[in-house]
Formats: sequence, C-alpha cells, structure tokens
Amino acid sequence: MAHQTDEEIWITGIGLVSSLGEGPEDHWCRMGNGGNCEPVVDSETFAPYAVHPLADVDHSTQIPKRGDLRQMGPWQRLGTHTAGLALSDAGIAGDPACLDKIDMIIAADGGERDKDVDSAVLEKIGRRNDPEAFLNETLSTQLRPTLFLTQLPNLMAGNISIVHKVCGSSRTFMGEEMAGVSAAQVALKKMRHGQSELCLIGGAYNAERDDMQFVFELGHYLWPGEFEPLWERQKKGGGIVTGSVGAFLVLESRSHATARGARAYARLSEVLADRCNRAPGAAAENARRQIDELDSSLEAGPLAVLSGACGAEPITSEERAFLESLSNRGLDVSIRAIGSMLGHSVEAQFLSGLALAAIAISKKQLFGPVAGSDAEKPYDGETDRILVTSWGHWRGEGMALVEAAH
Amino acid sequence: MVGHVRDTKGRSVVVVTGIGIVTSLGHTMADNWVALTAGASGIREITRFATDGLSTKIAGTVDDFEIEPLSAPGLAKAFATASITEAISQSGLGSRSSFPGPLFVATPPAEVEWPVRRQVYESARNGSPVSDARLKQAAREGAYRDMHALFLFGQVGEYLADRFGTLGQPISLSTACASGGTAIQLGVEAIRRGETDAALCVGTDGSVHPESLIRFSLLSALSTRNEPPEEAARPFAKDRDGFVMAEGSAALILESYDAAKARGAKILGVVRGCGERADDFHRTRSKPDGTPIIGAIRNALDDADVTPCQINYINAHGTSTPENDRMEYFSLANVFGEHLADTPISSNKSIVGHTLTAAGAIEAAFSLKTIETGTIPPTINYDIPDPEMPLDVVPNEKRDAQVDMVLSNSFGFGGQNVCLVLSAEPA
Repeated sequence: MAHQTDEEIWITGIGLVSSLGEGPEDHWCRMGNGGNCEPVVDSETFAPYAVHPLADVDHSTQIPKRGDLRQMGPWQRLGTHTAGLALSDAGIAGDPACLDKIDMIIAADGGERDKDVDSAVLEKIGRRNDPEAFLNETLSTQLRPTLFLTQLPNLMAGNISIVHKVCGSSRTFMGEEMAGVSAAQVALKKMRHGQSELCLIGGAYNAERDDMQFVFELGHYLWPGEFEPLWERQKKGGGIVTGSVGAFLVLESRSHATARGARAYARLSEVLADRCNRAPGAAAENARRQIDELDSSLEAGPLAVLSGACGAEPITSEERAFLESLSNRGLDVSIRAIGSMLGHSVEAQFLSGLALAAIAISKKQLFGPVAGSDAEKPYDGETDRILVTSWGHWRGEGMALVEAAH
Repeated sequence: MVGHVRDTKGRSVVVVTGIGIVTSLGHTMADNWVALTAGASGIREITRFATDGLSTKIAGTVDDFEIEPLSAPGLAKAFATASITEAISQSGLGSRSSFPGPLFVATPPAEVEWPVRRQVYESARNGSPVSDARLKQAAREGAYRDMHALFLFGQVGEYLADRFGTLGQPISLSTACASGGTAIQLGVEAIRRGETDAALCVGTDGSVHPESLIRFSLLSALSTRNEPPEEAARPFAKDRDGFVMAEGSAALILESYDAAKARGAKILGVVRGCGERADDFHRTRSKPDGTPIIGAIRNALDDADVTPCQINYINAHGTSTPENDRMEYFSLANVFGEHLADTPISSNKSIVGHTLTAAGAIEAAFSLKTIETGTIPPTINYDIPDPEMPLDVVPNEKRDAQVDMVLSNSFGFGGQNVCLVLSAEPA
C-alpha cells in the first residue's frame, strides 16, 4: 500500500527578500511589532505604474563568485540569492550530506529580455521592406550570446545547483501563481509519502521589468494610478501592483530535522490547489471545497489569513467575500493582503505567503494591518495557525494551512 | 493476484495504456513508426519564416497544423491535443472530454512573439518615443486580452485541462531537454503515492521561430549543415556539429497495473523506474567527471531494481552535439562497463531532430514501441564512427531484436538529468 506518514512536515529554513528587506527578522520588524505595515513603493521609475522595488541587497553575500553573478540576470540573481538564504537559515548551506539529497522544486517564469535590442527592432522594422531579414540580422548581431541562459526558466534552478551545490533532484514548475502553489503541494505530498525527507521550494519575481508589465497590460491587469493598498483598489476597478520578491523555504520531515537538531518555524499542514474557468463564483466554490477538506483541522475561533489576492477585479472581490463568509463556520477571520505589503509577486506570491505565515507563527503574533486601509483589523490573540491563499490573476486557486510545530 | 501487484519495493506498478505522438514524421504512432524505422528523416528546410542571414536554415518543423495567429504556444497546444486524443483513444480510459486523473505537461516557456509585439507597438495612438512605455500604453488602450492569456506559462496546461477534463490543477513544468522525462516521473510518483489510478503525462513543443532559433545559434548549439537537411543530425558520428531543432508532442496514459488490469486494458509497457540528478558544474557543460549523468542513470536503475546487464536497449539522449554525445558515452561506459559494447543504443534525434521540451516523452513513446514490436529504430547519418565512442548505435538500418528493458536518457540544458527504465508487461 502507498504509505502515508503522520509525521509533521516542518519549515526549517526561510529565505525572503522583498521591498521590506532581507530575511525573517527584517520582515517581522517592518510588518509586525504591534504597529502598522508601511509598504515601500516606487511610483516614479515605471510611472504610471507603481512597484514595490527590491530592497538594497548585496548579492555577493550569497553568490560570491563574480563569474556566477555575471552569468545571471536580476531575476536569477534574486532567486539564487534567496535560495542561499533559506539553506543558510536551515543550517544546511555547505552541508554536502544534505545538499546531495535535497529535492528542489522551483516556481519560475523567464528572465529579462534585452530592452535595447527590442527597441532597436521595433523602432525600425516598420520602415523596412525586408522586415524578416532585418529581424534576423538585428537579433543575430545584437543579442548577447549568453543572454538566453539568463532567460530560460529552468536555469534559475540550474544556477542554484551551481552556486549552492544543490544536487538531488531539480524540477521547475511554470504557470504563474499556480507554479508556486504546485511546488509546495508536490513537495508536501512527496514528503508525506516518504518520497523525500528534505525539500527546497521557492520562486522569485522581478517586478522592475517593462517586459513583464507589458504582458500584464495586454490583459489590462495593472493598477495604473497612485498607489493604494490592495483592498482600497477594489471599489475603483481594482488592479495589480507588482513587487520584487524572492521566497524560498526548506521543508523537512520532523524526524530529519530533529536528528540534526534543527528548529522549526512552523509546520506545513496542508496545501490544496484547484482550477476553474473563472465563471462568477467558481473560484469561491473551489475554495469552499478546500475549506471543507481542511474542516477537521479548522476549529472555530480566530483565524488569521494571509491572502495572496492579486488586486485585479473581479477575482479579488470574490476572494474577499469568500474569506469573510468563513464567519458562517465560526471562523473569526483577520485578513492581511500580501499584495499590499510586498506587492504581487506571481510565482513567488504563495511561497512568500508561506514564509510570512511561518515567521508570524514562530513569533506567535500576526503582522499589523497595512497602513492606509481600514479593511484589515488588528489581531491581538496568539497566532498558532494561518490560512494562506493564492488565487491566480488568470487561473487557479491555492490554499495552505500553516500551524505551530509540535 | 489482481488488485495487489507491487514492485520489488512494495509500490504500485505503473503501466502505460495509451500513447499518442506527433512529430515531423507524422501525426500518429503508426505513421511515425513507419518513418522512424525506415530512417526517413523529418528534418527539412524552414519555410515558416525567412531564414535570410541565419547560419541554420533547417528544422524538424511540424507544418501542417493551421493555427491562427501562428504562435509557439498555439502550436504546442495543437500538437498536444492531437497526441492526447490518440493516447486516450488507445487506452479507452475516460472519454475525450473527461480524463480521470491529473495532467503533467512539459511545455516550453512562452514569450510575447515578434508579430504580436510589433502589432501592439504600431497600434499606439500617441506613440511615446520610448518603446517600452509605448508598448504598455498601446496594450492598455488596445483589445489584446487573448494575447495576454496566450503568452502565459500556464496557458498550454490550462487549455489542455479544459479540453480533456483532467482532474485538479495541471502541473506545467520545464527541465529543458529533460522535461518530457520529468512529466512522466511526476505521474509515476503520483500513482505510487496512491493518490490517483491514472495520470496524463505530456511533452509538447512548437518553438521553431526566429528568436528561439537565433538564441540556440548564438550558443553554437545548432548544426549548420543545411545541405541536405536530412543529413544534419548525426549523433555519435565523428563529424557531428550540433543538434537540429524540432517540434512535436507525445502523450502517455499512465495507470496503476491493478487499475489497468481491472478494466481489462491492454498494457503497452511498464515505467519501471525513474532517476534524476542535477549538475552543479556549468550552465551549458556537463561536469567533466560525469557524476551527475552517471548518478541519474544509476538512480533510474536502482529505482527500477535492475542491473545494467538487464538493459537490452538504450534510447539515447544523443543530441548530435559534440559535448552531449561524448558525455553520454563516457557516463554509460562508467555504468555499463563491458556490457555497453553488447547493448544496442540509438538516437531518435538523428531522424526526428531535437524536440526539446517534448523529447523525453517522445523518446519514451518510441522506446515502448520498440519493446512492443521488437524493432530497434536506427541512428541515421552514422557514416563516420567516432573512434572515441565505440558503440553499437544500430547504424543506418533498423534491427529486429527482442527488447524487454530499455533505458531512456534525457539530459537538460541547465543541468537537469532524467533517466527512465521502461519494460515489457510483467508476466
């Protein structure tokens, strides 16, 4: 028979880099400590679009070789850096016994395009009578030969293997927000069934990219106005404000962690994922089924929720109404929107939610409400469980329960 | 005893009950198999776009699908739809709109392609002089919502999940040229965990467009032997000079042996073991000591609980690049020792080209067909053996042989290596 262990799966390492800083303590100080969370926003560089820009980070602390740094673009550097933070935090960086067997699942998009080459093509191609030959010539002569290596999704994992010597298995999931949900879900399933005892999961998103903003704007998803916290955008048509985020977690079976004396931030109790065609109410119906699945673990009482809502409508309003409806089950929810604090980070969104939940549980206290919005109420009780959601801006509904480890 | 068949490690046995395939050789397994075993190459001159100024002008394109607008994800969806339809039909599992298991799909990374980028740019009403700002402004003013969805990484998987009614959230993945193998491995793991009786594992790729071709060219990865096209891919030959890009898809229906037997399904073969190992050496080169590839092969053999001597055919990764073929030989020699000389090994890529994201699935499909028919497809264009690699590559002509245990190798650009052990149905 397929053997499912009852063993807890612990979060024993966190790498988190965002506009608020680097590492669990930075984030705790900026987001918690009894006060409000003050997001960091750059409204100038990509005006009219605001972004949550990456904090000043010295990549050489995690990627010491200059040759390695040169071989990556900003997106890969962010992911490779954050992976190193998670491994260090778990106490397994540089430990060949662990790195040799660790199973890695990365949620990835692709790396940065060369803006200058794109501009060189766009500005002239319309006036050429040989547009195809012109495109071939421009790309062939102006693209940096190794740029492709900074663009391939699986090369973030490749760089993590090279820089941090992560050599067990290496898989890269794609598919926007749901890539992050699936990375966590597959890792958890593998660990529960003894197919793995140690996993590195993570993703990174570089929001400071015209090419990514362009893709969102083809679907009219971005918030084009003055920055406002996510729930405040709801009544004005909604919109996404993206944020640069790297989020990695080391997941470990309780016995493996205990044997090496590692401590847990929290345990990852469940990860659920589903999809629908986004007919009105269909996403909420999926989420209701997920809550039903969690029902036996969700006793009535206060429940902190870290929502990965992207900010776009109508899906953000549908999620908020669903979360508020949980009061019907005796769950008194206090919601925090990750998108207000760090911005929307697509593949990294759900994983940053898991990381933040683990940090809050280890502090036994929820983060403060975001400044400038009365939609998030203070939460005074001890926090020993957090529901994390991430609904894709286009498709997919993910949910996790993070609880105190025992 | 029906109902409780387990492998030597006490796990569910995972079998294949349906296979579908699309390549430049044809749109069904039957057509593919005739061409593959005849050594009839699908590599041809590119006609999809102008190749003026390009050093490589050939590819194994699949040209007879009408897609509007033409795009890589559009082709990937069309190829996968055809291969899945064939696989489901063969397996008789579920229906064409309701598959009773999850979808694991190896799909190429998507990007807004040049015709669309140009169309949006030129549609700007008040063109900002800065092209990035102009693109975003035109996107916001225009009606391009379909283009947004088309170029999302999740597009192909979501489309297929809708089209075939698979269960739950589809998983889209990339381990570069090992992706097809990874998709199968994820399906095997899910069945072994007992969370499903069936899984739909797919690899698909329709990425032959100017920018992707130029990107591989700039890395000096592609063959430039344009004349004649069918002689360009020459794995393990001394004068090999790079791989040939190609397109296609394969779909495999995986089921637990118990479930397949219980419904009386025909079993096409067993996915007996999977192994993987990541390379930590370099972004484009394998570790010189071969340990990552050796590790992936050994892990697959261990997972299958077989020894090298039990393998009687190797379906090579065999890309036809100088580096890959050398490292593949070196690593196989390490694991197989003297037995390697007696083990036939052939590269489907000599005939089909390198179907990139789809290759692992396509080659698993051909491996299973090799087991079923007892015919080993040849490695064509093998005129000048590389003396450094004394291998029985089944040169130029197919061979009849009893094959019941195959090792299929896939090594990803970027260091992800996946090997599968496929075998005949357990008696």
